[in-house]
Amino acid sequence: MGEVLVIGGGIAGVQAALDLAEMGIRVHLVEKGPSIGGRMAQLDKTFPTNDCSTCILSPKMVDCARHPRIAIYTLSEVQAVAGEVGDFTVQVLKRARYVDETACTACGDCAQVCPVVRPDEFQMGLSTRRAIYIPFAQAVPQAYLRNREDCLGDEPIACGRCIEACRKQCIDFDMQDEVIELSVGSIVLAVGMETFDPVALTEYGYTRYENVITGLEFERLICASGPSGGRLIRLTDRQEPRTIGFVQCVGSRSLKYQRFCSSVCCMHATKEAILAREHIPDVQSYIFYTDLRASGKGFQEYIERARREYGVKYIRSRVARIEEDGDGRLVFHYEDAATSRPQQVKVDLAVLATSLIPGPDVAALAEVLGLELDEYGFFRTNPFSPTDTTREGVFTCGCCRGPADIPQSVAQASGAAARAAQYATGNT
Amino acid sequence: MSEGPRIGVFICHCGSNIAGHVDVEAVEAYARTLPGVVFVQRNLYTCSDAGLSEIKRAIAEEGLERVVVAACTPRTHEPLFQEACREAGLNPYLFEFVNIRDQCSWVHMQEPEAATEKAKDLVRMGVVKARLLEPLEEQEVEVEPAALVVGGGMIGMTAALNLAERGFAVRLVERGPRLGGLLLRLDKLYPTHEDARALVAKRVAEVEAHDRIEVFTSSVVSEIKGFVGNYEVKITSNRQPATGNQHSLRVGAIIVATGARVFKPEGLYGYDGQRVITQFELEERFRTGGFDAERVVMIQCVGARIPERPYCSRICCTTAIKNALQIRERQPHAQVYILYRDTETQGTRYEAYYTRAREAGIQFIRYSLRHPPEVTDERVVVYDELLGARLGIPYDLVVLSTPLVACEDARELAQMLKVPVDEHGFFLEAHVKLRPLDFATDGIYVAGTARWPAHLEETITQAYGAAARAATILSKDRITSSGVVARVDEALCRGCSRCVEVCEFGAPSLIETAPGMKVARVNPVMCKGCGACAAACPTGAMTAMHFTDEQVTAMVRAALGH
Repeated sequence: MGEVLVIGGGIAGVQAALDLAEMGIRVHLVEKGPSIGGRMAQLDKTFPTNDCSTCILSPKMVDCARHPRIAIYTLSEVQAVAGEVGDFTVQVLKRARYVDETACTACGDCAQVCPVVRPDEFQMGLSTRRAIYIPFAQAVPQAYLRNREDCLGDEPIACGRCIEACRKQCIDFDMQDEVIELSVGSIVLAVGMETFDPVALTEYGYTRYENVITGLEFERLICASGPSGGRLIRLTDRQEPRTIGFVQCVGSRSLKYQRFCSSVCCMHATKEAILAREHIPDVQSYIFYTDLRASGKGFQEYIERARREYGVKYIRSRVARIEEDGDGRLVFHYEDAATSRPQQVKVDLAVLATSLIPGPDVAALAEVLGLELDEYGFFRTNPFSPTDTTREGVFTCGCCRGPADIPQSVAQASGAAARAAQYATGNT
Repeated sequence: MSEGPRIGVFICHCGSNIAGHVDVEAVEAYARTLPGVVFVQRNLYTCSDAGLSEIKRAIAEEGLERVVVAACTPRTHEPLFQEACREAGLNPYLFEFVNIRDQCSWVHMQEPEAATEKAKDLVRMGVVKARLLEPLEEQEVEVEPAALVVGGGMIGMTAALNLAERGFAVRLVERGPRLGGLLLRLDKLYPTHEDARALVAKRVAEVEAHDRIEVFTSSVVSEIKGFVGNYEVKITSNRQPATGNQHSLRVGAIIVATGARVFKPEGLYGYDGQRVITQFELEERFRTGGFDAERVVMIQCVGARIPERPYCSRICCTTAIKNALQIRERQPHAQVYILYRDTETQGTRYEAYYTRAREAGIQFIRYSLRHPPEVTDERVVVYDELLGARLGIPYDLVVLSTPLVACEDARELAQMLKVPVDEHGFFLEAHVKLRPLDFATDGIYVAGTARWPAHLEETITQAYGAAARAATILSKDRITSSGVVARVDEALCRGCSRCVEVCEFGAPSLIETAPGMKVARVNPVMCKGCGACAAACPTGAMTAMHFTDEQVTAMVRAALGH
């Protein structure tokens, strides 16, 4: 049986790895960050079933970690690929974790004594972590890591308190980056996406007004394992909002930023409005949308439920600008589509549905692998061989080939696994 | 204290998911007082690698003979904890799950004290059951390395080819007289406008040339028996006059790719098949050279997104755009209007396609259900939601975009496979989010529009995906099934066949043990352990293992404080 390289440990990479491994193929799963799980791990619930995101994801992550045919390389990046389909040689740079990931029990004694406080990336900067930390509680591998740049304790040892605190002696500041060489028959790219930074749209006041947040920040705020313990609050006064305005297509379907539609935002805004109402029974949500794109399974019914049972108001209009009044409330200026007249509505919290854009590793991997990108910077695919890239033996799934929701990403992952398996076993 | 097995209890904080609302320390202290409990531990996340290692360590070092985990839900996490027990040498059925997240912290979020008391009650019940648990055996069965693919359209053929390329034998069954499916009736494919029939012909040639694929056209599946790894399938010819041709096959996995059909808009918007036609009929006119119109009005959502059919059919906006562009290619001065409610052109490719249509001069007019368009003899009258005005558009041809609906034979096939369909008749997968191509029944998968309307790009992806899922079964020499099954006490069985009647999975059957003496036997591989037979059995001969009367009664007594 052959071997396959899967790059990216989000839900798409995890599913591809599990399918391949269950087909009897050896999988090398390379993840840039300190844990697998990807964006899905940051979401609170998922539409249209309101399943808890981490609860359904974490068994798959643990399956990956425990599978005898899957090797996970975190903090790792693919640097070079030589050879061709059926016989690729891959160089992986595995960065030092400075913590022995097989010995660490994730007890947290090290972080308790660490004096450094940094914004927590997993919590979208809404809370803090230490220089030695675990990205989130269900992380795989279950091990802390030291961020070398944040740490005070590099040569000469100035701090080193974590080393003293660790009873299992897992921490080693002298750990070195390694280069690992792998031989694989085919490659699956599943490096996911980034979200668009809405600072550029100054009319919405993101970062100027604290109560203007992004969809991902909302997910963390409403999540039980989030910075506020699942209390949906405004960042200015820590009070629950009574009204929420959701702004759709922020950066999407725009001549200036992204011309494409990000596919998932109509649904995630609907879900967020439903969740807000479940947390705060009298909250009123407004969703300002361009077209309601809800053609997946059960999506129209979900929107109907949001309207009827959760009182969500859908307003077909692009918000022209958001202004803050004296007491931290936000005034939405928009044109009423029915009357073509300017309108205003005042809300306590604004949530921006920012576009899903290709992350920097898409272009970097395209360079390493000699792949074509499409006009938006995603991996180029053909609609009739949808998981094939422009290079034989290299396949792709999930948001790095264009915005997709979770079931689409999972189906694509299985699809890419089927194609990769054809080449891994030499039966082309 | 009391005799009996040594029980360990693990209480999960689930971060703050449980510990935020349940006083886990109090539950821990309480668990220590329960008879038989020799070890209690709290974990931040019992499901983490660290938590699982603790379970294994305690089994070895504390000599635990039963493990109780009070945590989230067995639905997602039971296999994980059972596996940890197995790895530590404990029979996995000596494990008991107590759900104190969904049933305590989540539903009683506002009443932490009551949530804590309920958690104690549930832990007490779990411990009482754990004392009575018995080790169970799992069944191993060999896997037939062949697949049945039902449906010979683009999706069924794509799945079949992938599996055949990987070395598996494939039986491809198509109800129609030839392979190709719905695509045979299309003209061009969006967004590249390549010829639909050329693409299909290429795939058909590949399938027919492949020596590991056996094709049965004009055939339907008439019977399915068996279970994952070992399905027995009968295929019957539907040729008229009936030939009586029948084939019996043995396969390890099944892929459903039976597709969908196009809704016919009888009685809507003056549909007559002449001046008011469907998108499909328009494509037929393109193919046969019968198209001739200068002024075309397309109406979207005809028979879709209405109370009796609330779903959006996903592909109609892009289909309308494709055909509008085709009209402009044939007749550059043609006027084409698309009356729509929301443009469903998600993602990169289809949004670009929408832009291309607008740049080509296709007119998009937004209407709402409050003022649906009216088709008169000369014009289509529509209230333009953006302009806020009524427009009358003269036409030569009106084209109605109608949704994909489930095939009539879907329910029948679903019944044979014992898999569900949704309220619209589309096949219903095991989990909407993370198992989009699986059924809850092992070894059966779904792809394409039989599942839900989707772009060809998406259904081809699903075809490969379903092939991968099937290959995870077919790649194995043997598979194991759960030990939680029904068991018959033959001495008590009267052979009344109630169990056979109530079983949804065909697991029990009657066996003649002596002349005139019948008793029930359960096929443990087919049994799902649901307990329906045990409830129906009038003599108490049938027992649902892991949920025996003794175990459940003990739990009820414990709940009532006896």
